[in-house]
Parts: sequence; structure tokens; C-alpha cells
Amino acid sequence: MDELREVMITTDEIKTDEYLINMGPQHPSTHGVLRLLVQLEGEIVHNVQPHIGYIHSGIEKMAESLSYPQIGHLTDRMDYLSAHQNNEAVALCVENALQVEVPDRVKYIRTIMSELSRLASHQLWWCVMGMDMGALTTFFYGLRDREDILDIFEETCGARLTVNYSIPGGLMFDIHPNFQRDVKAFIKKFKTKLPEYDRLLSGNVIFTERTKGVGFLSKEDAIAYGVTGPTGRASGFACDLRKHRPYSAYDKVNFKEILSDVGDTYARYQVRMAEMWESMSIIEQLIDNIPEGDYAVKMKGVVKLPEGEFYQRVETARGEFGVFIVSDGKKNPYRVKFRSPGFSNLFAINHIAKGWKIADLVAIMSTFDLVIPDIDR
Amino acid sequence: MKSIISYITEILKGIWTLLTGMKVTAKYFFTPWKHVTQQYPENRKTLKIAERFRGEVIMPHNENNEHKCTGCGICEINCPNGSIEIITKSLILEDGKKKRAIDQHIYHLGMCTFCNLCVKACPTGAIVMGQNFEHAVWDRSTLTKVLNQPGSKIMEGVKD
Repeated sequence: MDELREVMITTDEIKTDEYLINMGPQHPSTHGVLRLLVQLEGEIVHNVQPHIGYIHSGIEKMAESLSYPQIGHLTDRMDYLSAHQNNEAVALCVENALQVEVPDRVKYIRTIMSELSRLASHQLWWCVMGMDMGALTTFFYGLRDREDILDIFEETCGARLTVNYSIPGGLMFDIHPNFQRDVKAFIKKFKTKLPEYDRLLSGNVIFTERTKGVGFLSKEDAIAYGVTGPTGRASGFACDLRKHRPYSAYDKVNFKEILSDVGDTYARYQVRMAEMWESMSIIEQLIDNIPEGDYAVKMKGVVKLPEGEFYQRVETARGEFGVFIVSDGKKNPYRVKFRSPGFSNLFAINHIAKGWKIADLVAIMSTFDLVIPDIDR
Repeated sequence: MKSIISYITEILKGIWTLLTGMKVTAKYFFTPWKHVTQQYPENRKTLKIAERFRGEVIMPHNENNEHKCTGCGICEINCPNGSIEIITKSLILEDGKKKRAIDQHIYHLGMCTFCNLCVKACPTGAIVMGQNFEHAVWDRSTLTKVLNQPGSKIMEGVKD
């Protein structure tokens, strides 16, 4: 309460009917322990101040006392919906530092896995977005289809969420014999289910009234705030690393970078929906062409990076994820920094939500696809 | 007049979009045999868990109560959370030489993140991942387990 009072006193232009409320840390639409200090006049949002730190787990500091293969499993727990891409970023960073070339098979499988987890992440985002808007039905439909992907993960990686599948040097296991069959069956099934999503939510009049023309983010502001991923691309910021800085097998596939120049909440929604089709097309192009070969290269028992600074970035479901490793030649890194997409995206919220109603703030936050441990790692 | 017509068409269009969504839910309402839910605690016998599923670390023993663990401690080094503690003892062989052997392979299930690094690193394949996932207990001290069974010894021919 003292903190609230302090903000009340220090803000100059307080009018009599302006007040502050805490949205969170325990709020169903923040999807985790995120606290937004919202300054309101009636229903109109004047200022949103995100307060983070409620779920800080100190992963960067922990990584300094772990060896390089051990860091990967911690990144599962940051952005748990993009666990594959996070693992891949650490693996690629270490491989680049050691100048290890992984077999093509590894690259193909990593790409398929990344796209599958992007699909799973977007499915969860879609169903939760409907739930935030008050349409609980969507929640069951999204989770129903996500279950199929998680079953594929469970069969091949041994875990459903915290997979720890891409490790420095390759993969933890080879793919399961049923993997290709299951993925093809899933793609075939989901192609009939995705139009169902559109019928349920995309055209719904209540949904479109609440999202169309709400919460604009211009391209310049997106670049200035470092907003990446589907959120940035909805504002016209061409930031898809899969296209512009291809890694793994992304240079071998044809796909479109989904861009929209509208920049409102509905555009962010549509970009993600279109990305699901693109992800499916990428998987279809690769799934039958996985080359034969080893699933990992032999690494030394103790992985030591040469002295220096190494950076690797990948495109997760939320945007650009970067791993920065400073090595002093020992088996533990000297410093590890993770550039998480959620953190940069979140802090554009004050700019976007200003002047809109508090109910629109929920819609805007929903299309940001926030994962709190990713913001507050 | 025009505004009234557009107002009414807007309403009708809106209702139509709602009905389109309702059609999807109605389809599933009248085809309940397509349900995807599982009756979990009741279907334990038919529940299929993937063979690679990482539920807990176990040490398989054969029928003579023998395992493959040499007590080398590589799993302990590879564990990122300190979930594994290796306590060794030294055995005196028949020819008078001393040999290291496992006394207790202590596994803290409550600290484990199921990353598979210990299983991957084990040179003799002594520990594997088990599929049991029902780990809820009343007392957390029961989460600390000793993986090698009492009275067990190392299998013939396993060397480190």
C-alpha cells in the first residue's frame, strides 16, 4: 500500500477520479505471476506499469555454475511453450563456438521439432485468447489438438513439455520409429481442425468487435521497443529470423513470412493463425526427406568452449530468443545472458494500452502471448 | 432509413457469425463418441505410457539381485541439481587387491528435473528412466530413495 501511495503522490496530473489498481500478480488473464500497476480514469487506461520479479528463478546466474550440456535443460523452464527452440539456441551457440558441424539429419529433426512446438504454442495461445475474451469453448478445442503434438513429443523425446531434446552436438535420442507416421497423421487431422478455429472465433462478432481497431502498434514503435515475433510482424516489422538469418534446415524450405501492416489486436491474431498454416507446410516439406545418418556427433566428456563471446539467436513462438555466452576457457561459462522475446514485448504494453479501456488491456495482453518465466527468468 | 437498414443487417450478420460457431459446438455435442477425454484413475490398466517417458531414475536388477553400477560417480557429476549422491565402499578381492564398489546410490526424486543427462552419461547402462509418474507422497523424506537394493552386488563382467 505504501508503494501505491507513493506513486499517487509523485504523479503530478492526478485528478480526483483517477485511481490505481493492481492487475495481478494473481490474475487469470496475466497467465502467471505478472503484476500490472494500472492507472485508470474511470474505465480508461492512462498508464500501465509492469512489475516483474515475482517468479525470478535466477537461471542466468545458475548457468554460471553448470557445464554447457547442463544449461540446456534450464532453458526448457524459461519459455516452456518453446522449449525446443530454446534448447536449440543453446545447442547451436555451443556448436558454433566449438565449430562442430552437426549432420543433416539433426538439422532436419530440429527444424521439425521447432515447428511442432511452434504449432503447440500457437494452439495454446489461441485457446487461451478465447478464454480471456470470455469464450471458454475455445480452450477445450485448442488443448484437444495440442494433446496430439505432446503425445508425439512424449514418444520421441521422453517428455511432454520440458523436453531437453536438442543438446550440444545433436539430439538426445534418435526419432521414434513411429515419428514420421504420427506427424503426418497429425498434420492431416489438424488441417481439418484449423478451419474450425476460424469458424469458432475468427469471425465471431463479439470477438471482432473487441479486437478490430484496438491497441495499435506502429512499425517504428515496434522496432524502437524491440518487439519481435508475431507481435512485431503484425506491425509490419519483418523480423522472422527463420527467413532472414536461417539456421538449422530453414534454408532448405519454402515458406512465407507472414506480415501485416495494420498493427492492431486483430492483426496480431491473424498473423499467428496464418503462421500455423506455414508451420504445417514447413513440416510437410521436411518430414519425408529426413536424411539418414547419425543423430549426434561424439562430443568430449567435458565440453570446454574457447575463450571469447558467442551469440546465437533463434525464432521462438514469441519472437527472437538470443543466447550470449562469455567463456573464459573453463568448463563453466563466465556469464550467460538470455535475450528473451517476452521481456521486450511486454514493455511495449504501456505504449499500446494508453487511452484504451481496461477490457481492451486484457485483449492486448492476450495477443502478446506472454509467458511469465520467459520474461522473468 | 438507410441507417436503420444497416443497423438491422449488422445485427443479423452478427447473429449469423455466432450461429456458425454454435454449429461447430453442436456438431461435437451430438457426436459424443468422438470424445477425447480419458477417465484417468480408472483407466490405469489400459493406460499407455511411451517407453522413453522420463518418470524417475531406476536401477534395474536381475533375478540374482545383481546390478551394473560400478560406483564411478559419472552420473553424480553430470546431474545439474545434485539429485544423485554416490557412496562407495572398497571391497577386498580374493587376490588381496582393493576394488571400489557401490555402497549406496542415493537418488533425491524431489530435486530431479528428469533431464536424462545421468542416464546418457552412465558408461555401463546401470541406471535407466522408469515410466512411473505417480510420485505424490505424504512425507517428502520418502522421496529420497536408495536405488541399489539391499544385499545386491555387481553383475559378473561389468567393468568401468
